[in-house]
Amino acid sequence: MTTAANVVTGGFPPVTGRRSTFDVERVRRDFVILHQKVNGKPLVYLDNAATSQKPESVLRTIDKYYREYNSNIHRGVHYLSERATQAYEQARQAAQRFIGAGDPSEMVFVRGTTEAINLVAQTYGRRHVGAGDEIIISAMEHHSNIVPWQMLCEEKGARLRVIPVNDQGELLLEEYEKLLGPRTKFVAVAHVSNVLGTINPVRQIIELAHRRGVPVLLDGAQAAPHVKVDVRALDCDFYAFSSHKLYGPTGVGVLYGKSKLLEAMPPYQGGGDMISSVTFEKTIYNKLPHKFEAGTPNIAGAIGLGSAIQYLNQFDWEQVEAHERDVLAYATERVLSVPGVRLIGTAREKTAVLSFVIEGIHPHDVGTILDQEGIAIRTGHHCAQPLMERFGIPATARASFGLYNTRADVDALVAGLHKVLEVFQ
Amino acid sequence: MADLRDLYQEIILEHSKQPRNYRALPAANHKAEGYNPLCGDHFTVYLNLEGDTIRDVSFEGSGCAISKASASMMTQALKGKSRAEAEKLFEKFHRLVTGHAEANGTEALGKLAAFSGVSEFPVRVKCATLAWHTLQAALKDQQEPVSTE
Repeated sequence: MTTAANVVTGGFPPVTGRRSTFDVERVRRDFVILHQKVNGKPLVYLDNAATSQKPESVLRTIDKYYREYNSNIHRGVHYLSERATQAYEQARQAAQRFIGAGDPSEMVFVRGTTEAINLVAQTYGRRHVGAGDEIIISAMEHHSNIVPWQMLCEEKGARLRVIPVNDQGELLLEEYEKLLGPRTKFVAVAHVSNVLGTINPVRQIIELAHRRGVPVLLDGAQAAPHVKVDVRALDCDFYAFSSHKLYGPTGVGVLYGKSKLLEAMPPYQGGGDMISSVTFEKTIYNKLPHKFEAGTPNIAGAIGLGSAIQYLNQFDWEQVEAHERDVLAYATERVLSVPGVRLIGTAREKTAVLSFVIEGIHPHDVGTILDQEGIAIRTGHHCAQPLMERFGIPATARASFGLYNTRADVDALVAGLHKVLEVFQ
Repeated sequence: MADLRDLYQEIILEHSKQPRNYRALPAANHKAEGYNPLCGDHFTVYLNLEGDTIRDVSFEGSGCAISKASASMMTQALKGKSRAEAEKLFEKFHRLVTGHAEANGTEALGKLAAFSGVSEFPVRVKCATLAWHTLQAALKDQQEPVSTE
């Protein structure tokens, strides 16, 4: 991070200060799960785009919450509740600063990116999209940024338009411009593709939409862990990301929304905490962001996310990006040296995701053989079936890297791929 | 530790590279589609049933080595069998790949016994049985594609 480390007390462990240089071996020591054997081989974890591992400080923070101050938030007058509320709200502030939002009230805790997108589709979408209107997504979306909009279109008689991609896995901006029209009511695109690793030109996408007064949601699930996000610089209207891909716990994520949009949106779910007063005649909704947080939230999860952000804050973000770029460049070169390998997704701007197919060998078989070598990768359609169809393949093998991965992990992967060839020769 | 060679036996690799009865069957009077959403495997199984007897059986589609070899070897094993015999064979095959084969249960399976290694790889059971589930659907003339999920 380029901003100063957040000094958060409450439930978080003491601030460890900033690390002047990015030492990957030291980082690896923070992730105990990495130091185990799988099938008799040292674990090589390359499935970070599915979920990342959690540093010790996050695990300790969650443990501490349950052991020392587990309590319900916002309503309690007692000590534990105050402490839990404080830690929960500090996590919100940490997330706010992490993505450069202007105010914590613009940060809604949700279950994850999927729920964030559904929230926007079901509240903003249902209010503003009507029969004959159009919603623009892209050909590289995860199912979670396709299906909620499809459901909305079906309900309203609206139409889904899709920005195509080229053979490298880059969005065709000129086609996008042609899709934008008087009927366009919303644009929802991935900041970074989970299959291709492509970093999309979201600034231009947003600017072009805003010229027509169309709001834009960015699916940041794959971006938040790997690129510096600044929602105000991007000027996006909504931004969604998940904790579990960001070295935090599962079951929690954040929806950022510009306050004037969130203010005007109806609530997503009704219940406790999202109201300011209830009678049988009328309910007055709570202020932001609580209007969108009905029921007891994932308190431990949110605090865990705050802790994960705090963990990341000790690094210089540019050094993290440089490290991941180095691993990606090395992996690209080494994996391409394996006979029969073809990369899917060769965009100029991409994060450390390597999707590939091997001539004559199904990705699932690649995955099984690598697993025997202790190497965890993902195989399949990665919840992006339309994208698989675009590239004319049923599935890919995907190695995705995190900040704790090294060139040695790449070497293990390449040795594993040679083993695959050996089995299938 | 499971051994890869138990899973990827020679005969399985050979069938996956050169699947037998890999074609549409113009004379088919039964067919069904099978789909494994986990890995995108997708097969169509064609049957030509004469009375109670499987006169011919074939398949088409794409899948991993295990699912393709299983489909190929299934078609070989089924020709001339009755419905009841086919069902019984699947039962035995299923027990084999899930690690529940009886001591003398593999004899009737013939070459299909090569799939015994699958039981060491539980996530691959769906691959090995996809064609068989599709066969069952074809025998029942099921319209909806069968899914392993």
